Amino acid sequence: MIPGSRLYAMLLIFFLCSVGLVARAVNLQVMETDFLQGQGKARFLREVTIASTRGVITDRNGEPLAVSTPVDSVWVHPGQLLEYPENIKPLAGAINADAEEIERKLTQRAGKEFVWLVRRLNPEVADRIRGLGLPGVYLQKEYRRFYPAGEVTSHVIGFTNIDDVGQEGLELAYDSWLAGSPGLKRVTRDRKGQTIEEAELIKESDPGQDLRLTIDKRLQYLAYRELKSAVLQHGASSGSVVVLDVDSGEVLAMVNQPSYNPNDPGHDTDGMRNRAVTDVIEPGSVMKPIAIASVLEHDLAVPATPVETSPGYTVISGHTIRDHNNYGLLDVTGVLTKSSNVGVTKLALQLEPQEMWDTYTRFGFGEATGTGFPGESAGVLRNHRRWRRLEQATISYGYGISATPLQLAQAYAAIANGGKLRQPAFIQGSNNPPISAIDPDIANAVARMLETVTTPQGTGSRASVANYRIAGKTGTSHKASASGYAAARYVSSFAGFGPVSDPRLACVVVINDPTGDEYYGGLVAAPLFSEVMTGAMRILNIPPDDYPTILADAGNTAGGQ
Amino acid sequence: MKGLVPAWVGKPRLDPVLLILIMLIMAFGLFILYSASGPDMAVVERQAIRLGFGIFVMLAISQVPPRILRLWTPWLYGIGIALLLATWILGVGRGTQRWLDIGLLRFQPSEIMKLAVPMMVAWYLHPKVLPPGWKPVFVTLGIMLIPVLLIARQPDLGTSLLVAASGIFTLYLAGLRWRILFGFVGLATAAAPVLWLVMKEYQRDRVRTFLNPEADPLGHGWNIIQSKVAVGSGGLTGKGWLNGTQSHLEFIPERHTDFILAVLSEEFGLVGVTLLMLAYMLLIARGLYIASVARHTGSRLLAGALSLTVFVYVLVNGAMVAGVLPVVGVPLPLISYGGTSAVTLLAGFGMMMSIYGHRKFIK
Repeated sequence: MIPGSRLYAMLLIFFLCSVGLVARAVNLQVMETDFLQGQGKARFLREVTIASTRGVITDRNGEPLAVSTPVDSVWVHPGQLLEYPENIKPLAGAINADAEEIERKLTQRAGKEFVWLVRRLNPEVADRIRGLGLPGVYLQKEYRRFYPAGEVTSHVIGFTNIDDVGQEGLELAYDSWLAGSPGLKRVTRDRKGQTIEEAELIKESDPGQDLRLTIDKRLQYLAYRELKSAVLQHGASSGSVVVLDVDSGEVLAMVNQPSYNPNDPGHDTDGMRNRAVTDVIEPGSVMKPIAIASVLEHDLAVPATPVETSPGYTVISGHTIRDHNNYGLLDVTGVLTKSSNVGVTKLALQLEPQEMWDTYTRFGFGEATGTGFPGESAGVLRNHRRWRRLEQATISYGYGISATPLQLAQAYAAIANGGKLRQPAFIQGSNNPPISAIDPDIANAVARMLETVTTPQGTGSRASVANYRIAGKTGTSHKASASGYAAARYVSSFAGFGPVSDPRLACVVVINDPTGDEYYGGLVAAPLFSEVMTGAMRILNIPPDDYPTILADAGNTAGGQ
Repeated sequence: MKGLVPAWVGKPRLDPVLLILIMLIMAFGLFILYSASGPDMAVVERQAIRLGFGIFVMLAISQVPPRILRLWTPWLYGIGIALLLATWILGVGRGTQRWLDIGLLRFQPSEIMKLAVPMMVAWYLHPKVLPPGWKPVFVTLGIMLIPVLLIARQPDLGTSLLVAASGIFTLYLAGLRWRILFGFVGLATAAAPVLWLVMKEYQRDRVRTFLNPEADPLGHGWNIIQSKVAVGSGGLTGKGWLNGTQSHLEFIPERHTDFILAVLSEEFGLVGVTLLMLAYMLLIARGLYIASVARHTGSRLLAGALSLTVFVYVLVNGAMVAGVLPVVGVPLPLISYGGTSAVTLLAGFGMMMSIYGHRKFIK
């Protein structure tokens, strides 16, 4: 027999246990339910960023120069993947990698939850991985930057790194403008991390804003092609070409050699420099027009004022300044035409140092152009109080002063623009009001004098462009080295603009270290200048100076039929 | 006719109350299993077939008079021990030797002991003077301890404790003197440190985890924390059938077997849990009622011990899911996915039905 008390005792114990269990259920499901529900949500609700597209960079005509395309990147959850080691082999096969290496890499990071495997896959590889559907292997949409013009625009535009952050050039300068801001969404994920549904959009991703440059892709290609062949032809170490729009100061083309492929930049930082902006040269004779402008400005001479340059040299503070030939008696125009160091020295030394320094400064020398381009160099123009007489003389013909090709282009564009200097601009709609650098009459006088340089008598005759009047100046300077000026290393340059009757384009060409017999600016830089300007005039449909005359000639020929 | 079938086969002897309660719980169980498995109808079908087989076994046993059952008892016990020894040599299973593979079906011999031990103890005690003296108590302990130790060695701590509990319940119901009982309780408490020493490392981990689940939330503590979170997320009325995020996103471990109560709690809330507990209590109450009306001492002891054992299953499983007991592999009776446990339970209920149906023929 079972004593009744036994059953009752047992029933009591069980009843108490049951009550305890239900009390526990009440505790969990009523009292702690908010906390535990929050914990539960924390397990399956995840906030995920939505990649934002980087803005498109286009040239002035809307031609794309940098675009973002969506690509897949593959990442793994090492713990989940290593649960099934047999999956590593097909994965390695899909991405063409060594299975053992992947396994080693993942084992080292077994405690992590996120390891990039391969960024930016080809679409077919991404499809293959998607098809495998392995646990612990995930695809993430990213954007990859693509530069259709490649090395032609690489220095101006720069590139972005693997995380889509600008590293060089305008990609760096305008990074926040282009980048936009990533969005945020809440998704439901299961324990394996697979997204089950997209629960809620918290913040829309803000796509980056587009950037329209002042660059004209057609001029850019033209300048790049001509520069590259010139650098090759003269065995030069590097070179730059800058083309500015005279009226607006906009940069129409800016190319350098050597260049690099921004779609796969590598680590060769030497080729990555935008030399036209970051590197300075001693300009040499291309500075002479600025000195002459200063002389004219202070009424010390007019273009026809005679200047005696014989016997082809002059001695200043014990140093001899030489010309190539004894040019005899010249006028101020002739000093520029023949590029006489003696002539410009004699004229410039009539100026107070401050007067000359002031003119140079108004033309933008000694300070950065203010474009905001990363790594822009200001060049060096020492303060006039520290100028000695010899220094003032050398600065008048472009030694003891340094400038970037862009600064030279800016100064020549100001001469072309009736003395009004405009800060160079890379972006359309930039705020760069004209600043008066010099009186319009003097600017025009200098322009007319510079036109003689490209005549058959001038040093820059090979810079001429058929049917267009071109003004400009050659430059050939010895390169400074540790032990003074190197005898056999040159910077060959040409700066100019046209058409003279209504200047539209200013262009500066710099070739570093031309090897071989030709090194004069008139022989190396001038032909390149001519090629670039000829093509640019045609591409931009710029009417020749004496268009009516040409038209009349053509009309006569046509009328004869 | 009379020559073809044994004389004790007569009109069906069923207990409709027990049957209805079992059917209700099983139906509810299949309903939850559908959600807990994915949902996956194939899993539900497989489980339904097993339950159907279990019901067949239950009905068959209910037709066997308790007298015959008692006749089989020493044989069943002996075969059970033999099979346990066989698992020692031939057992299969992941890391443990619980399963015996005999061609067509794999089963756990330890499950037989869940029935055989209370049956054997009841069989042994029923002719003795009750309450039992020292000698019968020690013999009873011997009957219990042989299978308990064999099962514990497999290792399957949960089942061995449940088997021990079923034996102790029988002894308790037979009128074990209180002082002997408390003496054993004291002895067991004193033996706890020894138990710690003989436990396997994974078993110690479970105890450590139980004491402080947050110490290793991604490893050993994972089950308990996830289960608590799921139960708590259910709230008062639950998230609704098939809407349990924790279970459907696979955050609940073993969600269709040992932790199926967590799924139920999340989807049906406090209301669902309370209703299920109520159904179990009615089931136990009915079992104890059967024990109280049985005339034969052995039957009374058996029915009482089986009922109490079922309730221990429910309590242990519930406490584990609620995070108040360490994780031990005890399924939720009639609801957790799995065949052997359900068939054993249903065979036990078959015996209760037999006892109830034959109560009037006992002299």
